Amino acid sequence: MAKEIVLHPPLQIAEIEDLQAGDRVLFSGIIYTARDAAHRRLVGLLEAGEDLPFDIRGQVLYYTGPSPTPPGKVIGSAGPTTSCRMDPFTPILLNAGLKGMIGKGPRSKSVIDSMIKNRAVYFAAIGGAAVVIARSIREVKIIAYPELGPEAIRELKVENFPAIVAIDTNGNDLFKIEPQKYRID
Amino acid sequence: MKEIDISQIVPEVKRLCMEINYRASQDLVAKIQECIPREESPLAQEILELLIKNIDLAAQEQLPMCQDTGAVIVFIELGQDVHLIGGDLSEAINEGIRQGYAAGYLRKSIVADPVFKRNNTGDNTPAIIHTEIVPGEKIKITLTAKGAGAENMSELRMLKTAEGIAGVKDFIVDVVRRAGGNPCPPVIIGVGIGGNFEQCALLAKKALLRPLNEKNPDSRLASIEIEILNRINKLGIGPQGLGGRTTALAVHILSRPCHIAALPVAVNLDCHVHRHAAVVIE
Repeated sequence: MAKEIVLHPPLQIAEIEDLQAGDRVLFSGIIYTARDAAHRRLVGLLEAGEDLPFDIRGQVLYYTGPSPTPPGKVIGSAGPTTSCRMDPFTPILLNAGLKGMIGKGPRSKSVIDSMIKNRAVYFAAIGGAAVVIARSIREVKIIAYPELGPEAIRELKVENFPAIVAIDTNGNDLFKIEPQKYRID
Repeated sequence: MKEIDISQIVPEVKRLCMEINYRASQDLVAKIQECIPREESPLAQEILELLIKNIDLAAQEQLPMCQDTGAVIVFIELGQDVHLIGGDLSEAINEGIRQGYAAGYLRKSIVADPVFKRNNTGDNTPAIIHTEIVPGEKIKITLTAKGAGAENMSELRMLKTAEGIAGVKDFIVDVVRRAGGNPCPPVIIGVGIGGNFEQCALLAKKALLRPLNEKNPDSRLASIEIEILNRINKLGIGPQGLGGRTTALAVHILSRPCHIAALPVAVNLDCHVHRHAAVVIE
């Protein structure tokens, strides 16, 4: 197993360049949640030349819509959602300085091309491991679009949030590399 | 004739909503565990173990196994000798869901319209309800909570009759190949063959309800299921699409008579959380 690398967003260029597809990482610090509806709004703001609700430069977006928070808990279940639904919006956010994304499942060619151009990394979290992942979330604050409910943008303070580098800055793609090894024709 | 008061239905539906989200069925846990020692990819093995850990933690902490707690699909088998009193059956189902999703801290994932405002209805209703009239004086209510990740990768095709069983098998494998890592593999694959356009889709969803440790009672379909599962698990997709042998846990097929010129096939993918449970009210 590859060594685990600790990342504290905002990500620095040097640490981003060092990450290789297959590396295990642990996030500690701040990450932001955003999924379908929030992406549409963020891109709408950028296209209108307006400011985003947070400074996206160097930041990491986590594609999740958590379940409601039961009493005594920090957050409900909070696993990743399918990333490809964000693909149409992602290059615009990468152009604006987004450096990392956490989700599940493969990305489109246009996203990967934009990641190479903008030097950004895509991380895979394990879909359906929503309770395990939620344990690494320490604080939650809704910072935009509360009316979107589970789709609101949340600032998460995380500690040792586990993920795998799925696509690195050079476009090496674990979703292509690994299945090839196990395919039987 | 048997009278059943609608008010009996609400608490049962509420309970099932929470139960299927918090607790994995034993057949599912056994099936995942069975795959761990057979898995060749160390990463895949690790992911499968993590899924078991997640299932245990969810039950302990009374949290949903996945944050996508699904759209609720309800199959009602209504005995023809039952007389329902005290209210509206669909409303009772929806009220049970409303209560279950609120009390269970489950995510509300339904938007009121698909293409205009997409405003969340706020209570995870309305459910998708399929009612069938059957002999007897009981009501059986089967609840499933289907996440969008796997549902989005499902497909239906009207094959040409000449494509035959070979075409059916290829189509099923191709759907899973195209879906790749998106539907949260390892998946369970429900297949409907025959009927018509809408009936084969419904069959595909119903096929998912069969316990994972039960064989298809039709021996011809049973052998096709095994053959297709083996082909799928050679694709290399693996858990989460990150490579491995465990792409699917099972293939379940239901078939029905169809038109002489038709061969409809529907493939409904279900993620590894695979939530469903039933109650009989009498």
